[in-house]
Amino acid sequence: MKNPWRADFPQLKPGRTYLDSAAMSLKPQSVIDAVTGYYRDLSVNIHRSLYEESLTATNLYEAARREVATLINADSDEIVFTRGATDALNLVASAYGKFLGPGDEIITSELEHHSSYLPWRQVAEATGASLRFIPLTETGRITLEGFISVLTAKTKVVALTHVSNVMGYLTPIQPIIDLARSQGAITVIDCAQSIYSEALDVRMLGVDFLAFSGHKMLGPTGIGVLFGRRQLLNQLDPVAFGGDMNDFVTKTEVVWKDAPYRFEAGTMPVASAIGLGEAVRYLKRVGLEAIDRHIKQLYRFTYAQLKKLEGLSIYNPDTDKGIITFNLTGVPSHDAVSYYAEQGVMLRSGHHCAQLVSGFLGIDSSLRASFHLYSDYEDADRFLQVTREAIAFFRKLGF
Amino acid sequence: MAQLENLYREIILEHFKHPRNKGLLDVSGARSYRYKNPSCGDDVTIQTKVEAGHVVLCRHEGTGCSICCASASVLTETMLGLPVAKAEKTAKAYVAMVRNEPFDEDVDLGEAEVFQGVRLFPARTKCASIAWLAFLETIKEDE
Ligand SMILES: Cc1ncc(COP(=O)(O)O)c(C=O)c1O
Repeated sequence: MKNPWRADFPQLKPGRTYLDSAAMSLKPQSVIDAVTGYYRDLSVNIHRSLYEESLTATNLYEAARREVATLINADSDEIVFTRGATDALNLVASAYGKFLGPGDEIITSELEHHSSYLPWRQVAEATGASLRFIPLTETGRITLEGFISVLTAKTKVVALTHVSNVMGYLTPIQPIIDLARSQGAITVIDCAQSIYSEALDVRMLGVDFLAFSGHKMLGPTGIGVLFGRRQLLNQLDPVAFGGDMNDFVTKTEVVWKDAPYRFEAGTMPVASAIGLGEAVRYLKRVGLEAIDRHIKQLYRFTYAQLKKLEGLSIYNPDTDKGIITFNLTGVPSHDAVSYYAEQGVMLRSGHHCAQLVSGFLGIDSSLRASFHLYSDYEDADRFLQVTREAIAFFRKLGF
Repeated sequence: MAQLENLYREIILEHFKHPRNKGLLDVSGARSYRYKNPSCGDDVTIQTKVEAGHVVLCRHEGTGCSICCASASVLTETMLGLPVAKAEKTAKAYVAMVRNEPFDEDVDLGEAEVFQGVRLFPARTKCASIAWLAFLETIKEDE
């Protein structure tokens, strides 16, 4: 069965097996063309000048915003372009964190990427609010029951990942958001790992803030998105100050623009935003459901073979999103990943910027293999073959 | 497959499996330094005691890959008994060697020479050097 999308990704080379898509996705030609097209034909700033090229660039930039908005059923003015998910999550914490004080509680989890956990840890330290961690199930899942056990009238913020970048678990965000709202808490959901394979409807979810990065959803680096409910966004003060984010500046008075512009100070990564718009078009053409189905099929095939091998431990056998986190028995992950690298199989090793998860699992580090829409059965076969060889190689050396 | 095999020399594997001078001691006058490489999980602490200008104690503790753990073990054996000035010179030569930079070839690295193979694996340079960098911190003159 030939993968119909593979040919769109010029980075894929014979003899190279890319299984690190959870860290960064590859880019289709159409995205590359959109980025280089902007540089080649325009290369001018947006929102500022009234000549034709600038208007064209502004239109492309705003069209990208509309593409992103429709992907998650938001309005365009609720889409703030940022540098990435990290930047978006920091923006919310900096801007909303000011409303917190001693006695207030922030609910988060050990499954968080550092970019979802650390900004709120800083807020807690600065304001005297406290962090509450959702007790995870034995296999490391966030459940509604676990959430309820830490939700109180003191909860002001619920900051959770939608899909864990280590375990691939899907958080049951809908009932969590419903309950958080009923307590008057705001919800901040990190969708960096879910945005390309999970349909999101911010209206139906009733979520307050949602963050993701362009580079994991087939888009360029240096661009990401913060969705915020319009009313809430306009209650927040900007966190960066400069050009383009104010309506009016005198020595005695400043008036911020409405969202999203009050949060887009200075010259934005225009080319990357335009590229992201193209990536969203690509995702919409393929369909998120088709991507999810494809990743799951590949995962099931791989997992069925992998679990039969002796000499490795898989930490998330019940993953929802085709992420395999494992170690070869007795082999430090960094040794193992070098072996895979030499064989042209690109995996991630370490704690994946989510060290609380390693703590939960009681390990120092792990290997991670992850699929995307351009992955195919040949990738899976190669991964399995090299895994068998790696086990034999390290066993022979006496690891 | 040839290359990686060259990295895992017998001596390195031996030190990885049976580390020498492992575990920090509760002694007065010793200095420790911890070095971490969070992206790959290496985390090493080196403990050194200098008396009358000589390294009289050198221990290591931590977790990490085979190259990191073995290089810490070899470090402790290399340094024990050396005059501090020579220890410093040796550590600097070693670090330059694994980084594939020019280094003082007159320095006798002893067993540590087996880590030469790391030069072919730039991604592993850090693994091979952090214990030695930590050691250099422990013998730094007080400012
Ligand atoms: C779950 C999750 N959240 C946040 C991030 C941070 O994304 P970025 O580094 O693009 O800001 C990542 C990326 O690794 C992630 O996997």
